[in-house]
Amino acid sequence: MLTSMVQALLVLALSPLFTGLIRRSKAYFQGRQGASVLQPYRDLAKLFRKDSVLSHDASWIMTITPYVCMTAVIAAALMVPFITDSSLGFVGDLIVVVYLFGTMRFFMALAGLDAGSSFGGMGSSREMTVSAIVEPTILLSIFTMALISGTTDLSGISRNLATSGLDLVRPALFLALAAFFISTLAENARVPVDNPSTHLELTMIHEAMVLEHSGKHLALMEWSSMTKLLLYAVIMANVFLPWGIATDLTAIGLATGIVAMSLKLLLFGLAIALVESSMAKLRLFRLPNLLTVSFSLSLLAVISYYIL
Amino acid sequence: MFVDQLFLALIVLPFAGAILAATLNGHAKTSVRIAFTVSSLSSLLGLAVAFLIFLDGEMRWELPFSSPFGPLSFYLDTLAAFFLGTISVVTFAVSVYSFGYANHYEGKYPVGLLGAMFNIFFSSMVMVVSSSNAILFLIMWETMSLSSFFLVIFEHRQEGTVGSGLFYLIMTHIGTAAIGMGLLLMYVNSGSFDLSSFPGAAQGMSDVLRSAVFLLWLVGFGAKAGIVPLHVWLPMAHPAAPSNVSALMSAVMVKTAIYMLIRCCFGLLGVQDTWWGITVLAIGCVSALLGVMYALIESDIKRMLAFSTVENVGIMLIALGVAMVFGSYGLKELAGLALIACLMHVLSHALFKSLLFMGAGSVLLATHTKDMERLGGLAKRMPYTGAMFLIGALSASAIPPLSGFISEWLIFQAMLQSFSIPDAMVKILITVALGTLAITGALAAAAFLKVFGITFLARPRSRDADEAREVPKSMLLGMGLMAALCVLAGVLSFAILPGLDQVSAPLAGASIADSLVNGIEIVPTVGEFSQASPPLIAVIILAVMGLVLTLSQAYGGRRKVVRADTWDCGTPLTARTEYSGRGFSNPINRMFSWVYRPIRTFRATRSPSPYIRTEMRYTSTTQPVFEKYLYGPTEAGVRWAAKKISVIQTGSIQTYLGYIFVVLVLLLVALRL
Repeated sequence: MLTSMVQALLVLALSPLFTGLIRRSKAYFQGRQGASVLQPYRDLAKLFRKDSVLSHDASWIMTITPYVCMTAVIAAALMVPFITDSSLGFVGDLIVVVYLFGTMRFFMALAGLDAGSSFGGMGSSREMTVSAIVEPTILLSIFTMALISGTTDLSGISRNLATSGLDLVRPALFLALAAFFISTLAENARVPVDNPSTHLELTMIHEAMVLEHSGKHLALMEWSSMTKLLLYAVIMANVFLPWGIATDLTAIGLATGIVAMSLKLLLFGLAIALVESSMAKLRLFRLPNLLTVSFSLSLLAVISYYIL
Repeated sequence: MFVDQLFLALIVLPFAGAILAATLNGHAKTSVRIAFTVSSLSSLLGLAVAFLIFLDGEMRWELPFSSPFGPLSFYLDTLAAFFLGTISVVTFAVSVYSFGYANHYEGKYPVGLLGAMFNIFFSSMVMVVSSSNAILFLIMWETMSLSSFFLVIFEHRQEGTVGSGLFYLIMTHIGTAAIGMGLLLMYVNSGSFDLSSFPGAAQGMSDVLRSAVFLLWLVGFGAKAGIVPLHVWLPMAHPAAPSNVSALMSAVMVKTAIYMLIRCCFGLLGVQDTWWGITVLAIGCVSALLGVMYALIESDIKRMLAFSTVENVGIMLIALGVAMVFGSYGLKELAGLALIACLMHVLSHALFKSLLFMGAGSVLLATHTKDMERLGGLAKRMPYTGAMFLIGALSASAIPPLSGFISEWLIFQAMLQSFSIPDAMVKILITVALGTLAITGALAAAAFLKVFGITFLARPRSRDADEAREVPKSMLLGMGLMAALCVLAGVLSFAILPGLDQVSAPLAGASIADSLVNGIEIVPTVGEFSQASPPLIAVIILAVMGLVLTLSQAYGGRRKVVRADTWDCGTPLTARTEYSGRGFSNPINRMFSWVYRPIRTFRATRSPSPYIRTEMRYTSTTQPVFEKYLYGPTEAGVRWAAKKISVIQTGSIQTYLGYIFVVLVLLLVALRL
């Protein structure tokens, strides 16, 4: 109970660092100097001290959305294992976590429509289009891992996989991992699905939805999105490649857990930065091809588990 | 025997109310008050009966006179009681809502008849789930169809209403014909019209005959439930009815068909082949996916909700199909789990769909339109309706910990257990169904986001929407009741599930109540596969929400919230620059164009300069695939055949007498009398 709370706080605290790391490595790949990895913290701190501007047309949905998003993402963080394999898995399993992210998306898209600007509507519409394929992909790819390890509890999956050596490794794992990686990019507004560093309306998805938020509200929206990105990376690390996770609360276990997690996150951060620097954003109506590929991969993952 | 008397009152009261309301038709206000007081009282009676049966186990009661078809008996077990309870809860809330809603028909339509039919409709649904004699059942089924038909055509001066009603009438009678044939086939084998004699008869029937009965019932009840491709009437008829009736039709009338399917597959026909379950599963998948896809592109709120009913019926059939597949392999516990998931979805769909239809009715009452392209900004003008519609939409989008989420979660859990099935092919089929269900869930969220976002948020798109006012208190009360139940049925689902196990245990052959609920946790599986605790999720969400609110206000100090205009690139923001509902669903429309088959036309008037057009027209319509490729040819075929047959219809009495003579001779020869 306490461990999972500490871990959730840690995820929350480290998420701007992870985003900063991606931005910094992206700058490196692109031959720029880039801002410090701590820049996201400074941005958030600044935003928290600003007044918010709300549209005359906006309703109470706009006001509650930042808090709902932050709440959903923290609740999800409590149910995801981080350094150790303990989490509030008895409260909610992987389906609950995925649907908590769904809650966040639902409210974010509502707020996108709320101000009455066409940018917001465009962002919401596109977000829901992308998620129509991405959400099932995520569910199916984690279901594969649930079947392999015999539980739908995320920490249970990590524990069973990590403690049984390489016994449970099957081809299905890699298919599911590939599907999940593509979904992570799509869900977190990353190239090639969306470009996080643009404000050009024709390409926007996520940025368009949060366009009308400002001040404290924007800080919460940005922070919850950063936390969501880190959580996806953590799920990728702990569900698909959990080896090294601390299965007990000893000093050695924790140290191994921290080192392993840092290495994995570093690797994922670099991978995302590399993808973003080497690929162009796909045209919106070319996206379904990519997303359908990842959906098929996840479906194949479950099927191959039954056949192979 | 207290239950018997309550049940007798439950039968008599609505009929008395109906007669009274119809006689007082001239006094609109009085008849509304009487009709809906009676229906709310009788629905409370229904709830009491259902509750007592859950305590006692079962009830059998006969009408005190005999008929040529054997005793006209009623039988209520926990399955019937569960559906009786669901029907009653929904009817109660809708009755409360109707006090306010029915008033606006005063002077325009005969309100007393609306109240009378409403009571008869309720009563017929109660008797459909409780009658135990095949003929009595058919009579009640027909009463239900006809009373709902009259309710559908209530607003008969509206364009298209009567047409929709007639289409419904035809479709429902095709269904009734199939059901009747199935029941007669069973009667031939059992020698009795009593449903309790059917399980024994089914044992002695050949596989082919049993399967034929199964298919007949699947088509018959499926037509009522709105399975694809027999769903076409549903999005026409449900929205055409007055909104309180739409709520009843979509939330509970389709459930009577689900009830009969469960009763038939698990109770009456007994032994199940695996392919039965697979068939139900496949139909469920197609219905769920196509239902939600059509819901997504619909811009009429009530039609959208009707398509969503097709989707949810599909989800229920997916769960039912999985239960049947498990049952066919003798996996009784898992069959029980899938059946519980199905029943939970029946309950949660009844709650949120009645809430949403009542919400749509409120919008219709306040703005005189149900076209979301003419709405918008209602969350500020009708805050309570907006908040309650949002709860319904969240529940329908399976947001934790609302009831819609719990049922979807249980269905996922049941499907994940398919690894226990020995047959690899069946496992793969269930996996594909799992993927379909996941896509359906994501698309449903998009559809409900659209209906809430376009209708209630941003700027009003018409003057009617701009001048909308909050609806009367009785309507809010009816909706509030359902909204509260949507939340409670989710958060307190750990208390509901053991009750559902009481329903499923006799059908599936095994009770899983001991392992299903552990304190406030739900453990839906045999091993330590998975668990969740809805009340704890609710507590965590509330606690975290409180923390986030306080901490984010504390850090950086309390800051002002300034009101300003939305930036629209320097041009004045108007309702026409907002995203429209059609625009919202356009990317999905394009992505799945192989389903929607959209036809787009673009025309620009000629002008001196090709760069400055004075007028441009863009139309985009989707083809009604089933109407075009299935119903169109069928109708043409029927017309063609009728024309050919009309040759013998000469119009002269001598010819007809000749026909009669020939038939008589043929009969005498054939029967050698």
